[in-house]
Formats: sequence, C-alpha cells, structure tokens
Amino acid sequence: MQEVKTLKEYKSNVDGALENEFLRSAMDKFAVAYRTGRANAFAGMDVDSLVAEIAAAKDAAAARMDELYEEFKRSAEKNGTRVHLVSTAREANELIAAIARENEARKIVKSKSMTAEETLLNHHLEAEGFEVTETDLGEWIIQLRGEGPSHMVMPAIHLSRYQVADLFSDVTGQKQDSEIERLVKVARRELRQKYVEADMGISGANFALADTGTIGLATNEGNARLVTTLPRVHVALVGIDKLLPSIHEALLINRALPRNATGQQITSYVTWITGPNACASAPDDTKVMHIVFLDNGRRALAEDPVFSQVLRCVRCGACANVCPVYRMVGGHQYGHIYIGAIGLIVTYFFHGREKARNLVQNCINCGACKAVCAAGIDLPRLIKEVHARVQDEEGHPLTSLLLGKVLRSRKLFHTLLRSARVAQKPMTDETRYLRHLPFVFLKQHDFRALPAIVDRPFRDRWPSLQPKVNNPACRVALFSGCLQDFVYPEQLEAAVDLLTERDVAVEFPRDQSCCGLPVEMMGEKQAAVDVARQNILAMAPDQVDAIVTLCASCANHLKNGYRKIFENDPSMAPKARRFAEKVQPFSVFFDGVLASDSHQLPPSGQKCTYHAPCHLCRGLGVRQAPHDLITKAGLEFVPAEEEETCCGFGGTYSSKFPKISAQILSRKLEDARQTGADVLVTECPGCIMQLRGGAKKRGDRLEVLHIAEALAKNAE
Amino acid sequence: MPPLEEVVALFRTKAELVSATVSEVENPMQALEYTVALCDRKQACQLLVAGCDAPLSPKAEDLCDHKQQKVIAAPGLVNGLAEDLQELCDHKGIRLVTGGLREHLAGVDIGLTFVDYGIAETGTLVLDSSNEDLRLATMISEIHIGVLSKSRLRHSAFDLEDELQNSLRTTPNYTAFITGASRTADIERVLALGVHGPLELHILLMEN
Ligand code: SF4
Ligand code: SF4
Repeated sequence: MQEVKTLKEYKSNVDGALENEFLRSAMDKFAVAYRTGRANAFAGMDVDSLVAEIAAAKDAAAARMDELYEEFKRSAEKNGTRVHLVSTAREANELIAAIARENEARKIVKSKSMTAEETLLNHHLEAEGFEVTETDLGEWIIQLRGEGPSHMVMPAIHLSRYQVADLFSDVTGQKQDSEIERLVKVARRELRQKYVEADMGISGANFALADTGTIGLATNEGNARLVTTLPRVHVALVGIDKLLPSIHEALLINRALPRNATGQQITSYVTWITGPNACASAPDDTKVMHIVFLDNGRRALAEDPVFSQVLRCVRCGACANVCPVYRMVGGHQYGHIYIGAIGLIVTYFFHGREKARNLVQNCINCGACKAVCAAGIDLPRLIKEVHARVQDEEGHPLTSLLLGKVLRSRKLFHTLLRSARVAQKPMTDETRYLRHLPFVFLKQHDFRALPAIVDRPFRDRWPSLQPKVNNPACRVALFSGCLQDFVYPEQLEAAVDLLTERDVAVEFPRDQSCCGLPVEMMGEKQAAVDVARQNILAMAPDQVDAIVTLCASCANHLKNGYRKIFENDPSMAPKARRFAEKVQPFSVFFDGVLASDSHQLPPSGQKCTYHAPCHLCRGLGVRQAPHDLITKAGLEFVPAEEEETCCGFGGTYSSKFPKISAQILSRKLEDARQTGADVLVTECPGCIMQLRGGAKKRGDRLEVLHIAEALAKNAE
Repeated sequence: MPPLEEVVALFRTKAELVSATVSEVENPMQALEYTVALCDRKQACQLLVAGCDAPLSPKAEDLCDHKQQKVIAAPGLVNGLAEDLQELCDHKGIRLVTGGLREHLAGVDIGLTFVDYGIAETGTLVLDSSNEDLRLATMISEIHIGVLSKSRLRHSAFDLEDELQNSLRTTPNYTAFITGASRTADIERVLALGVHGPLELHILLMEN
C-alpha cells in the first residue's frame, strides 16, 4: 500500500524495491514465463474479437448498472438472499460487521476478494473483535505478515519459500522446512481447522448475474467452495461493476479471464451460487446469505465519458504481468491496493488523489498493458488522463509548466535548444557524448552515456541538402522530431539519401515542431493540443502522398494521438484524421518502396538483432517491415527473446525515474547480448539514445543503429 | 458440435493436461469397482501427502486424529448402487458414508460422484451440487472420482447455456465446474496440487 506523501519518498521506496534481488529475479522469470503461457492458452483463438466482445458486453452492462442491480435484487430476494447496496467502503465494512453481530458469528473465514481488500474489511472486522482468517494461501500468507497484496491474482508473489517457511514455523510453533509442496500441505491442514470452527464465510464474486440472482466465483484452490459451504452465514462483497445480465456474458468473460491471468484454460473451480443453499450447521438447515454491492465511486465512473471503460476490468492482473515497471519494482510500489496499470488508475477513484499522485507518474507509456488487457481498456491513455487531472487539481509543477510554455512557441523552443548546445560544450569534451549534467531542460542521470546536441541541426542542413528528383514516383514530407533534428541528424540524412535514390521527392516543412508527446506525458494537455494543431497545419498533408517519420514515438503520436486529441473538436477532427492517414513510419514506407524491385544487399556477414520500439510494435502494430529491411540490408537477423519489451527510455520518464529506467535497460541489453548479434537495429531515436548510451556505458561491443543507418551503411 | 469421438478425444486431452486421470468404464458397476480398488490400493495413511506428518499446531493435529479408517463418500447414489458399493466396501474393510459428511471434515479418502455434464474444450466436469453432502464429497476428499456419461459431453460451455440457465432458475442452487485437482501457485509460482480440495481428480468416462 502507498502511504508515502511526496514523490521523493516514493522514489526512495522504489529504489529500495529495485535492490530486492529475490523480487527482481522472480519477476524476470515470471515475465518471460507468462508470455509463453498466455500465448499457449490462447493458441488458435481469435483473441482480438474475444476482447472486443467482452468490452462491448461490459460497456453495455455498465450503462445499465442501476437497472441490473434492481433486477439482481428482485431475483435474489425471491430466493431468500438479502441484497444490499452501499456507497462507501466504510458503509460496507460496518454493514458486514452488523450482519456478523446479528448472527452471533465470531469466527470468520474469507476467500480472496479484491473488493474486500479495497475496503480494508479485515482491519475493520478485527478491530471489532472478530477473528478473521484468509483461506486463499497467498492471502493467508500476507495476512499473517500484515501486508497488502503485491499482485491481484498472486498476492504473495514477492515472497520466497524461505520467508514462507519462517512464517509457518512461527504460526505452527514447529520448525517447517522450505519445500513448497510441504508448505502447501501445512496450510491445508491448518486452514481446514479454521473452516470447521467458522460461523461466517465472506467471499467476493467474479460475476453477478442479474436474471437469476446468481454469483459466480472462479478459483483454483477450492477455498471459496469451503468458505461458501461450511459456515452457516455467507456474505459476498461484490463491486457493483461485476453485474452482468446473464450467464452468457459470464461464460464469455470466463474464456479470457483465466487464460489472461495465469495462462490456464479455466480455473480448477468455477462455482455458481443461487440463493441460500442447504447448510447442516444452520439452525433451520438453510444458510443465511447476504450479498453486498459496493459502489465506492463506480456509479459515477459509469457516467464518465472518458473513464467509464475502467469498469470493464475483470481483474485478471495481466496488465501488471507485462508491465516493465511492475517487473522492476513489484506490486507494493506499483499500486495502492489494486495493482498494475489498472491500479494506477482506479487508485485515484477508489482511494483518492493523495494515494494516486505519485503512482501515475511511474508509467513509461510502453503500451504493453493495453496490448494484453482482457477488456481492451486504453490503460496508458487513462493513466495520462489521471495524471493530467491530478495536476489540474493540485497545480502544475514548474518544470512541466515551463516545458509546456516553451513548446508552444517553436521559435523559442528551437532557440533554447541551440543555446543548450553552447552550454553543454565544456561538458562533452568535444566528443559525441554528453558525460554529465543537464540534457536539454531536464535533470539527467548518468546510467548511460548521453549524446550531445549537434552543431548544426538537421533543419540547418536542409537548405544545402534539398535533393532534386526529376519525375518523382511520389512525394513525402519528412517529420523529423526533435531528437533526430537536434541530436541525430545523420539518421535523417541517411533516410533522405535512401529515398532520393528511389525517386521519392522529399520535402521538409520548416514550421514543424516537437510532436507534443513529451508535454502530454507530463500532463500538460493544453500545450499538447496547441503543438498538435501547429504541426497539422505545418505539414500540409494534402500536398503530399505521405508524411514519413523515423521516430516511432512521433509516428504513433501523430497517427493515433492526434486523432484522440481532436476527437471532440468538430473543426479539427477531420483535419487530424486526414493528417493521420498520411503518416507512415519510415520502415513501412521504405519497405513499400522497395517492394517494387527485389532489392537485396549482399550479405555483410554481420548478425543483427532488433529492438521493437513500443510505439511501433504495439502502438502502430508494425512488426514485419523492420524485420524485412534488416534482411534486405544484408544482415543476418537473429531475433531476441524479448524483442518487444520496452528499453526503459520513455522520454522524460528516464529522467524522472532514472534507476528504474537503468534496470529495464540493463535487462534489455542482456537480452540483446544473448543473441550474439554484432548490430542492434531499432527505429526510434529515443530507443537509440537509451540503448547506444547503455551499451557504451557497459562497454558492450554492440553497434546500435537506426534501420535507415543500417541500410545506408551497407549500401556504401 | 463435432462428432462424438472427437469431442471425447478433446475432453481427454484437456483433462489430462490439468493432470486429471481419465479412464473408460462400461457401466456404473465398473465405476464402483474402480473406486473400491483405488481406495484399497491407496496407502494406509494417504494423509501423508495431505500433510498429516507435517508438524502442525496442536489444534490442527487434533483434527487429524479424527480419521483412522479408510473412507469412501458417495452421497446421492441411486438405483441400488449404494447397496452394491456397500458390499464392495465391506469386502475390503472400507467405510462407506452416504450422508452426514460434516462428521468427516478431517478428510475422506475418496469422494465418488456421478456428474451432470462435461465440457470438452477445457476438460471440465459440471456438477449440480446443491445437495450439501454431495458438495462436500467433492471438496474434502483426497481423491475425487467423477463419473461422466459420454452422452453428457459438450464441446464448449456455450453448448450448455440452456441447461445451466435451467439449473440456476431452480433455486437454491450450487453448480460447480470442476477442472483437475485443487491447485495453487501462490508460493514462488510453483504449482502444487491439493491445497484445499482434492489432491487428485479421476474421471471415468462411461459408455451410454
Ligand atoms: S504503459 Fe507500460 S509502463 Fe505504463 S502501466 Fe502500461 S505496461 Fe506499465
Ligand atoms: S485492466 Fe485489463 S489487463 Fe488489467 S486486470 Fe483489468 S482486465 Fe486485466
């Protein structure tokens, strides 16, 4: 749980987590194993359609939330179940304590419920004098340790078998050895006793079916079955977002939920409970059953045009499983109670701005979560939205305001960049590497060697470069992005040469500026809008066949980001759409140009691996073109195991959370090293800055190149 | 739905993937014989694997002491099968219980149930366990044996939607999908079977 107040405290906690060796290696193994497990579980299935169906079903249910609640209540009360709706966590806890008192229950067993974690139900009940035992193995472990979960599906994933053995030794008063199989059996016997004694069982629910008043529970251990069977009272605490019209929607969700959560086709048990069942320990042989629906901000969310999709979440935990930051810092630093991408978002709504303020800044915007979400939620975008809201409510930090101001005026921005070049002179020793200190406007850290701002940016070189093409096959406008313009102009030059040779006429509209992604990432929404408008006008999309950029992040922002920015602005939306249609990443455009002849450079004898920029592979769905170009450049392509894992750059992220960024980078370079490649190719100047700087710092003999450079180099 | 042999083969593959043991029987009598033979083969103190030899707190130890004789739980048998099973059990000195399962929370060796449906796509058994004893038999036994008529096999859960809808409308109702044994991966993500429920699931596919 996040109890820290300031970003500084938060960073220091994060740094602590980064030093936890066990956590780090456990998380690395998990990240790799999860990917394979998930792919196997979904083999042969049309995952995209399934996700779209789930999203539609959940959206429809959220839109009818109150109606479904009324229907559920009617059906369930007909069967003798008591149904309640509470608006806050506190009300939920008080109501459940009252139910326990009314039924003279003292001992309570619980099965896993994130909703009960959300309300901190155990604390409340224990303070009221009830004995509460978690029966899910992982939950029991963290309960005994007095911790919160570090993963929504595997709450004790941060602990080693040795820690568990020590804990169980304390609990049983007997020395326990650390063999996992045996530890599990100890829990089996110890907890069986608890079920026998319990008066009341508390469960959550994965599904609440309005037409029959049924709750559905998906579990593996079988503890929820005992919790809902043995004690004479059963209370289910359910988020009101779990309501569905009927079992049909639940079966649909259940196709994705276990596959996405743990790579299982289905959980060991799926239990459907309708009404108070026979119960031999109850006075009249029938269980007392209560279902408590929790609102806690959900009904307001359902009305929110931007955030209502948050309610689609089925709590599979996959967005944490694939998150490069979660992998480095673990769940206790990547959420308050709900964890992973969805945790960053719902913390703001369920637990307030205080708890969310620092968390939402710790997203690198790699899009890995969005790509696996079982419900198709646009998680990275919503994280940025929360960040922007927090800043609007609390005031914007100075650096972010300044950057926003500067970017709005292209001239000011470029003047400042030029003077930054002069300022850096004494520090770069005339080499291409900025060794220490401020890179442009943000504090930087030296976990990688940083490149310097060049003497003559691309925009100054352009007038002398301006190539002439007679009878052009097509015309393109080049969008340079700041990093290539001011730091890596040679990449743009390489591309201009390649294109000109193929009779493509290249133009460089001079009024273009930064794409605006950095300010959007910092929560400066208005600056992002202004810059986007300037660029759309500057690039004059109607006069060219394509707008080509060598920066994957720019490409994704120009193509997808701009459309989102202007979707509710009737005067700009059509322009943004026409603009977006023209935007193409370099690899896609150039692979298309080459397709007309059988271009193939002779083999260079070098092995080449590839880093897929997040915004290219997931943002734009481009995977094949860069692979093809590597082969066409005469390089032997050796794929890396984690080709699509983020490099840790994330623009301003790497200066905000340098230590996390450095850890992600070192894992990435290790993965590249294992391929035995001589060259690492990618298609984003940000990734190049990160990877080249990291390889240099480590002393790796790995040449890091932009795909345009690799092609140009081998053509020489 | 695809042809029956295909569905049976798919069911078997998927169930075995989650470490269920799948066998075929001709008739209910063979299922009873399988059950008694399995129980007989089971070590005198199978509880070994269930944690009886583990050093436990005194209270949990007490619960262990409650169980001495081998026990088969088979609530809800019809058509004279209970009598047949009783005879087989007597022969081997096994205790048969057909009700009052709460007296046996320390654990029973085998729970035998005739299930309602099977779902091939996931290797799942579907059992209406609204009867509390039936429910407990599938929860507290160390080995659960589920007998499934091949005619009750469906390809996916969606093929059972109407039947499920009907069950949920007949209240109160407690319907269980059971796939493989009880499992956990909560410690270091290492798979361990039998955390709260059965350690093994045996499925007997019965000719129609
Ligand atoms: S975008 Fe990337 S860093 Fe951000 S939450 Fe999603 S997976 Fe994590
Ligand atoms: S946001 Fe998506 S991926 Fe994350 S837990 Fe919810 S459904 Fe799963």
